[in-house]
Amino acid sequence: MADKKKKDEDGGINFSPDLLDLLAKFQEVELEDFELEVADLELWLESGALPRQLVPQLRAAPGVRGKPAELLKTQFMPPIETYPGKIVEVKLGATKGEGGSRGRSVVIGGETSPAFYTFERPVVHPPVVTLDVFDMALPLSKAVKMHVKEVIGDPAAWAKLAVEKFGADMVTVHLISIDPLLKDATPKDAVKTVEEILQAVDVPLVIGGCGDPVKDTAVFTEITETFAGERFLISSLTQDMDVERCAKFVKKNGHVALSFTPMDLNLARELNRRLYDHLGKEDIIMDLTTAALGYGLDYAFTNMERARLAGLMGDPELAHPMSSGTTNAWAAREAWLKMSPEWEPRELRGPLWEVTTALTLLLAGVDLFMMMHPAAVKTLKEVTGKLVSGKKADASKFADWIYLKP
Amino acid sequence: MTEREKKRKAGIKELSPIDIYKLLPKTNCKECGEENCMAFATKIVNREVNVDQCTPLLKKEHAKAYGQLKEMLKPPVKEVVVGEGEKAVKLGGKLVMYRHEFTYFNPTALAIDVTDEMTDEELLSRIKKTEQFSYEYIGYTLKLDMIAVRSTSGEPEKFKAAVKKVVEKTTLPLILCTLNATVAEAGLMAAPKAKPLLYAATLDNWKDMAELALMYGCPLVVSAPNDLNALVSLSKTLLAYGVQDLVLDPGTFANEGLADTLNNFTMLRRAACKGGEELAGFPLMGVPMAAWVDKGEVADEVMKWREANLAAMLIVRYADVLVMHGDDGWSLLPNAVLRQNIYTDPRKPVAVEPGLKEFGTPDENSPVLFTTNFALTYYTVASDIESSKTNAYLIVVETEGSAVDSGVAGRKLTAEKVADAIKETGIENKVKHRKIIIPGKASRISGEIEELSGWKVQVGPRDSSEIPKYIIDKWQP
Repeated sequence: MADKKKKDEDGGINFSPDLLDLLAKFQEVELEDFELEVADLELWLESGALPRQLVPQLRAAPGVRGKPAELLKTQFMPPIETYPGKIVEVKLGATKGEGGSRGRSVVIGGETSPAFYTFERPVVHPPVVTLDVFDMALPLSKAVKMHVKEVIGDPAAWAKLAVEKFGADMVTVHLISIDPLLKDATPKDAVKTVEEILQAVDVPLVIGGCGDPVKDTAVFTEITETFAGERFLISSLTQDMDVERCAKFVKKNGHVALSFTPMDLNLARELNRRLYDHLGKEDIIMDLTTAALGYGLDYAFTNMERARLAGLMGDPELAHPMSSGTTNAWAAREAWLKMSPEWEPRELRGPLWEVTTALTLLLAGVDLFMMMHPAAVKTLKEVTGKLVSGKKADASKFADWIYLKP
Repeated sequence: MTEREKKRKAGIKELSPIDIYKLLPKTNCKECGEENCMAFATKIVNREVNVDQCTPLLKKEHAKAYGQLKEMLKPPVKEVVVGEGEKAVKLGGKLVMYRHEFTYFNPTALAIDVTDEMTDEELLSRIKKTEQFSYEYIGYTLKLDMIAVRSTSGEPEKFKAAVKKVVEKTTLPLILCTLNATVAEAGLMAAPKAKPLLYAATLDNWKDMAELALMYGCPLVVSAPNDLNALVSLSKTLLAYGVQDLVLDPGTFANEGLADTLNNFTMLRRAACKGGEELAGFPLMGVPMAAWVDKGEVADEVMKWREANLAAMLIVRYADVLVMHGDDGWSLLPNAVLRQNIYTDPRKPVAVEPGLKEFGTPDENSPVLFTTNFALTYYTVASDIESSKTNAYLIVVETEGSAVDSGVAGRKLTAEKVADAIKETGIENKVKHRKIIIPGKASRISGEIEELSGWKVQVGPRDSSEIPKYIIDKWQP
């Protein structure tokens, strides 16, 4: 591993191929259906309030009746709640029978409990991972580059690799070449790229723009029209775009809009309201902005957790599935920087940074993860697999950790 | 309405400064350092001061009000102190279930394990590594907190000897791990004043463990893997027995049972914070190192990776203390940072004041840089410039708290804003040159900045850690 740790000229990262092999040894997890009995209890969850305890403690005073000789048996009452709201179900991708060309479609959302509160209700649709594919060469961290170097510049082959080798549920086509400050590729060029990817893989697609509001509008209108019925996720619609025009094209051609706002729930509500004039609720997913672990993840986490709870509590403007640009984890220097020896190897630290970011947001309620590193993707899928499998703990083995001799 | 429902209703009402003020002596004596009693009451509600800072309140005639205040302010999750002295750790003390409801107190304590069968060399090197773990992160020093000593031998004398060695080498608080009360007592005898956390009372040994906890005045973990009925029954029994400082361990399962693990932690915390269930109102212990039980033939790196995944989920889902086996920097650092993030006060602003900051003693030839007013971006850049002792001007551009990359993408960081900031900060009167170093991630807008400001743009590094080197290599006024 040591010889792979050479400093990369663009400050990128290295990655040992061993890890993927190591991670491949993770045991396989089977998915099973499972159900939970849900008691119909009154609703009492409230947020924003500081609890106070006015009722005196009911603890038995020691020594009053002497020490108990036997276990004082009591029951734990599972604190199960019901919520007035439900997260909208959104379908991505359309099969031939549904008017598209995909081998399968994917549904996200539909939750009626906070993320993975499976003591209340089972998970409705497990979170989905879409892998990044870029339509031109760009500076990539070495950790990622080493896995995709054969396919850089060939987005169709890249997409195929993401699906077949890395287990992506979906693929995100980042059309960065359309950026007027980069190649300024035309909408027709973008259509051609998307066409190639549609031929190469049969999973649902996310169509990513370049961030220029005018150019993205031009490209999105062309793509939505050309590929009517495919039910792409158009990433993304922002406040400073011609939202109305884009939304109309998305609706008319049967796609889905990603409503992107910079970490502010009021702005998210506002943009969603503008979209409602043209789109159905089932045509909108929210991106509330993902900041990296160590660089604002706390804000992102709380923003998403609040949005999800608000949606469940009946705020329809936030009751949309959430998408996270988890790839942003690599913006943290600790993900890629060569650090002093006690923090190495960065080949492990980097992808762990992405996974830690993803797991944190998984528990806030993210439904769709846009990710980068194959090992991080694999881990996230394994964890969600375990969480929905419903396999029970073997309690008898737990105490073994005390006696473990590693 | 049942007793539990009544408590639940009371538990969700908002506590106002008036509720507190009513019970204060209302002397406006300023002994607490505040202007008046109302200001003090407001700070109490915000948990910025302790009610004990009100000296008149501590007098005998106010004993009743003091008791009422203490009861009103009592967190639904009890605060349990482990260890003695400076490095003692506080576990729990949580006021809310979700951090946006207020803020989380007492960051999850991270403990690293050692055993009573390790060689002296191994034992000491693990302790040393744990103590030396230190990472500077935006003005905080991230550290590890505790040592868990496990008795793998099951022999009292061996455990006693190991605990003795550990207390001689470190002042970090201890967790003594064994289910055998005789072994536990031997360990406690070697650390009689250290107030370790005793692990653990179970359905089988609770009486003996309770006696030890009382005798040595130490907090006690209650362990009932994946059995919350047994857990609260034990908690009820031990309270009746007189052991007040409990920590709850509902079991940690890395593979099958991962869903049970998150459910148990979540249910316990919700029952305590939202349901007023006092038997659940104690700090929660997670054991990510339990992942190693299923190790098999898998490489150590994979186990450390998996253990880190488990720890991350438990930091998010309410664990107050975690026992870890992997002690590598790469696997611990993400969780040390995650813990810091989750326990940051969400009431704290995201943005810093825009304007001109000076580093060192800059003059008319010193470099001019800019960054955004997102707090984390600013502190990262500032600490990189500061630590290199470079003389420089840094313009903090108002980006509504966006970082550089998201600011450029979301048009919160535009060439207009940079050009305006150059004008407004008066930097043109401070330097003779007209060159600005911009963040590498803002290279997209470099042309526009030159056009609008008339300054020459140098695109700097993408990461601020390279700023000092960049200035040495590339800066010429």
